[in-house]
Amino acid sequence: MYDRKTIEEITREYQRWSDKLEPTLAKRPERKAEFINTSGIPIKRVYDPTDMDDFDFLRNIGLPGEYPFTRGVQPTMYRGRFWTMRQYAGFASAEDTNRRYRFLLEQGQTGLSVAFDLPTQIGYDSDHPLAQGEVGKVGVAIDSLKDMETLFDQIPLEKVSTSMTINAPAAVLLAMYIAVGEQQGTASKDLRGTIQNDILKEYSARGTYIFPPKPSMRIITDIFAFCSQEVPQWNSISISGYHIREAGSTAVQEVAFTLADGIAYVEAAINAGLDVDEFAPRLSFFFNAHLDFLEEIAKFRAARRLWAVIMRERFKAKDPRSMMMRFHTQTAGCTLTAQQPKNNIVRVAFQALSAVLGGTQSLHTNSMDEAFCLPSEEAVQVALRTQQLIAHESGVTDTVDPLAGSYYVERLTQEVYDRAQKYIETIDELGGAAAAIEKGYIQREIQDSAYRYQKEIEKDERVVVGVNRFQIEEEPPKDLLRVDPAVRTSQIKRLEKLRSERNNDKVQDILGDLRKAAGGSDNLMPIILEAVRAYATLGEICDALRDVFGEYQPVSTLGG
Amino acid sequence: MTNTRKIRILAAKPGLDGHDRGVKVIANALMDAGMEVIYTGLRQSPEQIVETAIQEDVDVIALSILSGAHDFLFPRIMELLKEKGVTDVLVIGGGIIPDEDIGELKKVGIAEIFGPGTYTDDIVTYIQENLKR
Repeated sequence: MYDRKTIEEITREYQRWSDKLEPTLAKRPERKAEFINTSGIPIKRVYDPTDMDDFDFLRNIGLPGEYPFTRGVQPTMYRGRFWTMRQYAGFASAEDTNRRYRFLLEQGQTGLSVAFDLPTQIGYDSDHPLAQGEVGKVGVAIDSLKDMETLFDQIPLEKVSTSMTINAPAAVLLAMYIAVGEQQGTASKDLRGTIQNDILKEYSARGTYIFPPKPSMRIITDIFAFCSQEVPQWNSISISGYHIREAGSTAVQEVAFTLADGIAYVEAAINAGLDVDEFAPRLSFFFNAHLDFLEEIAKFRAARRLWAVIMRERFKAKDPRSMMMRFHTQTAGCTLTAQQPKNNIVRVAFQALSAVLGGTQSLHTNSMDEAFCLPSEEAVQVALRTQQLIAHESGVTDTVDPLAGSYYVERLTQEVYDRAQKYIETIDELGGAAAAIEKGYIQREIQDSAYRYQKEIEKDERVVVGVNRFQIEEEPPKDLLRVDPAVRTSQIKRLEKLRSERNNDKVQDILGDLRKAAGGSDNLMPIILEAVRAYATLGEICDALRDVFGEYQPVSTLGG
Repeated sequence: MTNTRKIRILAAKPGLDGHDRGVKVIANALMDAGMEVIYTGLRQSPEQIVETAIQEDVDVIALSILSGAHDFLFPRIMELLKEKGVTDVLVIGGGIIPDEDIGELKKVGIAEIFGPGTYTDDIVTYIQENLKR
């Protein structure tokens, strides 16, 4: 980016400055012999224009809203509109959660994000034996369209955008959302939102899988095809690095494994006969905002550029929207401490700031009490206010990509880009993301990083304020949000009532058709929608698919 | 320890949550400390956990759960162990478990609960000092 003469001059000056520093360093050494971040990238004492010597501004950085989108997917970014403030929420019954949603919307939240309980995420009704103890605990329990109607009661779906963290049974929950829209008089083409629908990271990091990879990928491409025709404003997938990072990966691994999953979905869809520019504009992503502030900003910028290059070069996309990586961000849950929980407010604030400086499209800020339990109303209000403070008071939103051109941030962006690309090459050699997961490669990489991170804390090489430094004696927290175990009993009663009121012959017929369709190659979405409208339960629909597809058996990755 | 056999541990994930970062970190640390670890994988029912513990003849069961279902699942596991006459196995737990629940869990026989921020070394030492056989 600089002419030869300037670079030579800077190099000479840098040498002079380093020589001058030597005696001082001999007397007063730096805090560490070497500074290396968690991704293994060595950090220099100071960065200067020589670190950007190989940079081509237009090729590597460019302008916002244009290829390679390093600086953001929209030309005006937050000067036009702030990111969507979207707090992930859900607990107990649909009534309880509906009440929380309406509270959040009153507080100025601009989108909804549904947390489902684990039985729902794994395709079990609340009366399933394995659901004991789990109903309504980590999210809302949804057994049928009836519960979904209650969840969105008095919330106009034509006005709000809704993200649903649902993967293996994503088709069923999307169908329920479409059916609620129909009841409210909102056509599916006017619905806006996202389903997570990212099964590969369930196998590698998050754990709520049901079916084996092959039929799972088929359901996903069915959803892509269906959405591109019927729900054109819907994000048909949210390819997620968040959970990969929470499981312990580094920033570079987060980018690499997420984009490798993305590549697998694009390949699957193309193999299913879809045109890349038909579905790729509706692919979205989900990242973690972790502790290393500048590395995180570099990570978001690098990920955006890498995806743009992959889509244009590898998949020959023509539509710029296919190359745009739009993403949601959540602050890192795994960095919250149970010790001195108020410190978490500060951690969340700078993690959220990195997401904004990295150009996120929507954001969830964690609540300070999440190392103990689901967030209380007071804690979630502070978390939402944190976003509003960044948006309205910090000033960082007045220009696009304000850290571009920082020698360090640009170098780090390039480092993350190069290292992630190298990982993707390795995964390609293993046969792609699905094969790498089946071989246990990705899981092992993640768990090794997690173990290293923990050991660094225990050896005092990494300081966690309040945990291994600056500890105090403190009282255990009080007034935690608790889910009443009676939720399961009332869900079971609702299921019994539903089964006695609906047309059971019709439900059985449709489930039979669904089994037949699953064995063939027709798109499954229309028949799932029909099943949902007839009030077949989530568990019944997933069981019908289990009959045909079977269940995923994970590989062991511990030891050896 | 008087016997020469390695300490055998069943690291188990009861319930439906997929958070296995903690259990894998601890399993690695226990193996590094010379113990033998059998990991169940995700979504194990109390019946499966107790059966595996008996079959594998383990000295310790280490339960990890982050979904909040410990209040049902931990007591159920202890009940099943008792039914099967297993009384000499040390059972410990960890994950996201509120302080106010720990008393109840100890009452049913969970020896100790290790929350977020626990050092793996402390768990190793605890196991070495509290084995029941």
